[in-house]
Amino acid sequence: MVPDSAAHRSLRLLVIGTAAGLFSGLFGVGGGTVIVPLLILWLGYGEREATGTSLAAIVCVAAFATAVQAGYGNVRVLDGLLVGVPAIGGVLVGTWLQQRVHTRTIALLFAAVLVAGAVELLVR
Amino acid sequence: MIAAIVIGLAAGVIAGLLGVGGGVVFVPGLVIFLGLSQHQAEATSLLAIVPVALVGALRQDRYGNVRRGDGLLLGGVSVAGAAGGVALANALSGKLLQVGFALLTLLIAAQLARRALAAPPER
Repeated sequence: MVPDSAAHRSLRLLVIGTAAGLFSGLFGVGGGTVIVPLLILWLGYGEREATGTSLAAIVCVAAFATAVQAGYGNVRVLDGLLVGVPAIGGVLVGTWLQQRVHTRTIALLFAAVLVAGAVELLVR
Repeated sequence: MIAAIVIGLAAGVIAGLLGVGGGVVFVPGLVIFLGLSQHQAEATSLLAIVPVALVGALRQDRYGNVRRGDGLLLGGVSVAGAAGGVALANALSGKLLQVGFALLTLLIAAQLARRALAAPPER
């Protein structure tokens, strides 16, 4: 690494955070799609560290973006809780499954489901 | 209500299994199955993501996978971008936003498929 790597690191984190925030606010997602690959590519993170650190960042990003969206009157609190709370149970199941099943086929199946969802949104 | 719970469970399992955030499931699920507008779905998805990411982050932290300083810094500096992103979303029409989101979904699907196909068969 070059001598001014500390400054470079901070600058890179600033760029990643800003990009993730924009993405999250614009599309209503966490921003992990932006954060994880950039932490790996720009800061030399391993995949697990990148995922873990990304989740911690997403808590802040999503909480703040929710507050701003609430200002526009777009947040449906009951629906958010109805999907968000069961999702906690889902994550625990998913993490447990990850250690035990072949994720490759599931990833491909899920990619197909995403494509179907995208088409449905496009023709709506 | 049952649809909402199923969407939540599915989003969580996918998030835990594949490391893809809940948003990519929450938003289309809320639009297609619960009839929310694209703007409402995005805002509501953000709210739903908070508890999921929190639990995920706490679990990962136990395994020592969270670089706390970097995570907080990332979260802190993202505030301006997030405010800008939300303002932009609300300036756009629901239709345009929906098309953009669909394209994002296709991108994520392609990324996921490429990763799955590139990975060595199984661990």
